[in-house]
Amino acid sequence: MNAANTAFVLVSAALVMFMTPGLALFYGGMVRGKNVLGTLMQNFILIALIGVEWALFGYSLAFGPSIKGIIGNLDWAGLAGVGAAPFKAYSDTIPHSAFMVFQMMFAIITPALITGAWAERLKFSSFLIFIVLWATLVYDPVAHWVWGDGGWLKGLGALDFAGGTVVHINAGIAALAAVLVLGKREGYGKEAFIPHNLPMTVLGAGILWFGWFGFNAGSALAADGLGTSAFVATQLGASAATLSWCATEWIVRGKPTTLGAASGAVAGLVAITPAAGFVGPLSAILIGLGAGFLCYLAVLAKPKLGYDDSLDVVGVHGVGGVWGALATGLFASKAVNAAGANGLFFGNPAQLGIQALAVLTTLVYSFGLSWILLKIVDAVFGLRVSREDEVAGLDLTEHQEAGYSL
Amino acid sequence: MKKIEAIIQPFKLEPVKEALHRISVQGMTVTEVKGFGRQKGIREVYRGMEYQVDFLPKVKIEVIAPDDKVQTIVETIMNVARTGRIGDGKIFVYPVAEVVRIRTGETGEAAV
Repeated sequence: MNAANTAFVLVSAALVMFMTPGLALFYGGMVRGKNVLGTLMQNFILIALIGVEWALFGYSLAFGPSIKGIIGNLDWAGLAGVGAAPFKAYSDTIPHSAFMVFQMMFAIITPALITGAWAERLKFSSFLIFIVLWATLVYDPVAHWVWGDGGWLKGLGALDFAGGTVVHINAGIAALAAVLVLGKREGYGKEAFIPHNLPMTVLGAGILWFGWFGFNAGSALAADGLGTSAFVATQLGASAATLSWCATEWIVRGKPTTLGAASGAVAGLVAITPAAGFVGPLSAILIGLGAGFLCYLAVLAKPKLGYDDSLDVVGVHGVGGVWGALATGLFASKAVNAAGANGLFFGNPAQLGIQALAVLTTLVYSFGLSWILLKIVDAVFGLRVSREDEVAGLDLTEHQEAGYSL
Repeated sequence: MKKIEAIIQPFKLEPVKEALHRISVQGMTVTEVKGFGRQKGIREVYRGMEYQVDFLPKVKIEVIAPDDKVQTIVETIMNVARTGRIGDGKIFVYPVAEVVRIRTGETGEAAV
């Protein structure tokens, strides 16, 4: 046991928790004013809902004793046996319950990321049902494969420092399934869908950036050199992506935008997440530069691809996540983290193949199962609000409130 | 009595207010409005999506004045609010049937 590590992980858990309200503001500012509360609520309620799910059975499914590397069993349901004593396979220097609560915050923000895709049209009751199914049947198994003791992707040597596959690719591709099942918003392509409060979005991006230090540096699970290296890589990845997104749109459209700067920061944070504890500072800058450029192009391509991903979850988290996971296979270096592996640029091309396998598996599993779950919830309960309710706005029709009076 | 209603560029509100103060206009009502005229709209871009925004923000000023001051007020607003570019706005003058000061019950020009 180590008091410094325990303090660091608990503070990191609180930082990651703060990302979800940050994400709510990031998304809330981008929707129209009549849907601001509906958007904030879908994020805020997840802090509570997944918090309980995680304690009851989610943590046990994701991190409990492994059933053939596929999923954890229910030995730790209700947090049985998860207490002050460390669990050595995850960390022998912090209480097992500190690791559990740190991971809880990841389980909360991952489904919250998807809410940007279906913003402005999903029924709240169906949202709750789908999200509990998704957390249990998609998130928990994928987290087990990559991070769980005995998980099969972990066994293959796939590198994912803080959640590129588990969190971002997983949420990004589920978002694609969701927008394909749900269809476009009423008036999409005909009316102007202008963000109602970009200062809120910029503040949200700032909170995400701040909280992300807990997300990435905290994933070292120790207040040490590796945690610091991940902290530095996080800052550099986000910075480089902010610059490259703005530079690209300046060249393509003639003006750098604040929404572009905020989006670029998030894209960079997404891409550096799997790599943070495995790459040096210059690699982090290159990963960030690539993320801002690629995610901006993905967002530009959306109207041509014909789906209505309201707030670009696919373009930012899906594309940024895939780039980050593959880039980890390019830039990882044992000089940074001896427990990791070398990537293609450090003489180990096989790592890129392992990364690609982890990416592909997550894409296929998460897309397929998300699509099936959405179809089931749609058939039984209906996913979308009525046309009239959508036009009136979800704040009033789903929550009987208004975001702004006067 | 007349009501002078002027739709002007938002950044001209302060100079117009100052100028009306100088010619002893006692009060005014100001509203943030949106609309379009010959200036038409502008284009805004969000994450690469371009939108034509038809309604531009303007400020509407309403002033009630005795008939003999109307010309001075209209000329003052016109001179101060003009930039010479398209989108400077318009001024409308309407007859006012009655004015009542709620506190005292005074009516007509005494209540303006």
